Amino acid sequence: MTHAPRSIGRRRWLVPATGLTLGALALAGCGSAPVVGDGTVALDYWLWDANQLPAYQRCVDAFEEENSDVSVRISQYGWDDYWTKLTAAFVAGAGPDVFTDHLNRYPEYVQRGLLRDLGSLDATSDFDPADFQEGLADLWTGPDGKQYGSPKDFDTIALFYNTEMVEEAGLTSEDLANLDWNPRDGGSFEDVIARLTVDANGVRGDEEGFDPDNVATYGLASNGSGGTDGQTVWSWLAGSTGWTFTNADVWGDEYNYDDPRLQDSLAWLFSLVDKGYMAPYQEVGTEPNPQQALGSGRAAISANGSWMINTYAGLEGIELGIASVPSGPVGHPVSMYNGLADSISAQSEHPEEAARLVEFLGSDECQTIVGEAAVVFPARPAGTEAAIEAFAEKGIDVSPFTDLVENNHTILFPVTDQYGSIQSLMTPVMDEIYIGDRDVSTLTQLNEQVNDLLK
Amino acid sequence: MATVPTTPKSRGASSQPATRPRRRDDTRLALLFILPATIGLVVFYFWPLVRGIGLSFTSWDLLTSAEFVGLDNYRRMIDDPVFWNAVRVTLLYVVINIGVQTVVALVIAVLMQRLSNSTVLRSVVLAPYLVSNVVAALVFLWILDYQLGIGNQALEWLGTDRIPFLTDETWVIPTIALINVWRHMGYTALLLFAGLQTIPHTMYEAARVDGASELRMFFRITLPLLRPILGLVLIISVIGSFQVFDTVSVTTNGGPVDSSRVLQLYIYDNAFGQFDFGYASALSVALLLILIAVTFLQYRATRAGQTDLN
Repeated sequence: MTHAPRSIGRRRWLVPATGLTLGALALAGCGSAPVVGDGTVALDYWLWDANQLPAYQRCVDAFEEENSDVSVRISQYGWDDYWTKLTAAFVAGAGPDVFTDHLNRYPEYVQRGLLRDLGSLDATSDFDPADFQEGLADLWTGPDGKQYGSPKDFDTIALFYNTEMVEEAGLTSEDLANLDWNPRDGGSFEDVIARLTVDANGVRGDEEGFDPDNVATYGLASNGSGGTDGQTVWSWLAGSTGWTFTNADVWGDEYNYDDPRLQDSLAWLFSLVDKGYMAPYQEVGTEPNPQQALGSGRAAISANGSWMINTYAGLEGIELGIASVPSGPVGHPVSMYNGLADSISAQSEHPEEAARLVEFLGSDECQTIVGEAAVVFPARPAGTEAAIEAFAEKGIDVSPFTDLVENNHTILFPVTDQYGSIQSLMTPVMDEIYIGDRDVSTLTQLNEQVNDLLK
Repeated sequence: MATVPTTPKSRGASSQPATRPRRRDDTRLALLFILPATIGLVVFYFWPLVRGIGLSFTSWDLLTSAEFVGLDNYRRMIDDPVFWNAVRVTLLYVVINIGVQTVVALVIAVLMQRLSNSTVLRSVVLAPYLVSNVVAALVFLWILDYQLGIGNQALEWLGTDRIPFLTDETWVIPTIALINVWRHMGYTALLLFAGLQTIPHTMYEAARVDGASELRMFFRITLPLLRPILGLVLIISVIGSFQVFDTVSVTTNGGPVDSSRVLQLYIYDNAFGQFDFGYASALSVALLLILIAVTFLQYRATRAGQTDLN
């Protein structure tokens, strides 16, 4: 992870340097020559995941080989800085031509006319949603029917667990593969979590004399309160009751935080804290680190996204298992299904070249390159297959992540306006629920405030 | 001492022998010298201030043009419980931070003056100030981590319970305030120490002849004569304290819930998190008004402009 940004740093330094040299040469030769005089169009491409950088660099290299008139400069910024930088760049008119876009941000950009409709550009005019895994392209279709992003990858949620702890508890991987759950008694999922919890005296969570105030290993790792979307925390629980975020697949104008199915799911999850099966807020704070909890033996199971597979697989000293999230009241497991895409900035001075890049990034060729890097699941089926194989070669069976997509057992990430405002309203409230200072039923009243924001 | 005034006098006499330029107006030259600083002041202080106040009457998201909304932002602020909570949290922080910091710094300064002349010791006292705020905050975040922090480990060795310093609503503000006391006390002590140097040594000698104790000398000589400097240091450090941001941003980001959401952080959230620059400007104006009022009161209360030495 440290290597990748360093190499891009060098590259970013190199490109302006060559530009300067070329400019100086051109100026020396002839006074009226343009500053960059070699006739190539320079495109800026931004992404946030350092782990994906090497794969995308290979993609861009391949693209440049086929398009000698275009040079692409990749910039990678960490997630926390990415959106601030992007907005500042838009304001300054100095943003990237093409950038990795997220579902919870792009509605605000669409609203402000900052994104290009892919259909209006030559290279992407024949964009076909059927080229990608089902549903991914629809996420990036605006309320006006225009296409604002070309899908690049998708992610789902599954359970990572410490195999040794599972065996010590007298359980098997089989047991974890076929869990069921409901918000009333937690089903076999809660039984397993209780069994895997061990207090400081070695007493298990489901045994007589267990001390919930002095726990050595928690059954379930905490990943915080989940905030607005609970992506890795509670979306898969609430989703498996049949609950959905909003009143429409995409572009809903009413949230469903008032639904008792959600509130019961949250109540069950955070009841684990009192039972001693999950760490309290005081232990994890605002920056929870579930992978560290699993790696240090502080927790036995951790629900997390497919983008974290390599991080968990790289944990030293534990034998990692991956299981599907538990099957819920709807009769099967449900995961959140989130997809990233490449968008073209409306400010780009070279939209046609940018469209060629986007078309290439969304092609089988590039997505297979990304898939082979075994970092994420690319959006095209060929890319997904390449990723599944590449993970298998590393000895990681990723079917708990991909099966849910094949079977359509997913709920979509909420795509609505006003993400920033909703987030700042919801996050403290969800933290309060986790801490135990607030009852889940108060979400009903909060939901009205959220919906007012969308009016 | 005597040579200083004579030199320019003699030079002036030799270069301009006939008429002393009594009528000459230096205003133009003075304006020329003041100009660079004035430009800086106008461009970087007055203009942003005026524009910020102007923006507080608008609704503006950076990307589309600002829209005049009159007093809407201020009305919203008065009804905003998060704003009032931020005011309360910030005040609590300032009281703990400045209270502890001033007392500790004063003790250190007096000890430095009365006990030791060691420059090494003075450097050591100043050392925390050389660490950047963000680094200091990160280091304490690790030390105080509930599970892995050495601070909490030490508490356990001492036989007490672990303390959720930065993850509990009651602990978080005192903890952040004390982290900043650690960083700033050396610097504050140094300012006060400089003030102590201005107190004539003869006073202490006279007091000692009269048989006054060290404690009595502190309350009867040091404290009264230090008042103007102490007042100035208080004004500066209180203004700085109201603007706390980086330590909070690094350690808690305003949490748990809103218990450390200080004013500056709330302003930042609104501006750069939600792109509500109009409302963020109104909040900034509120902070400005609070600071003006507090500074005015302090200035009057400590009579920082006058000295008792003459």
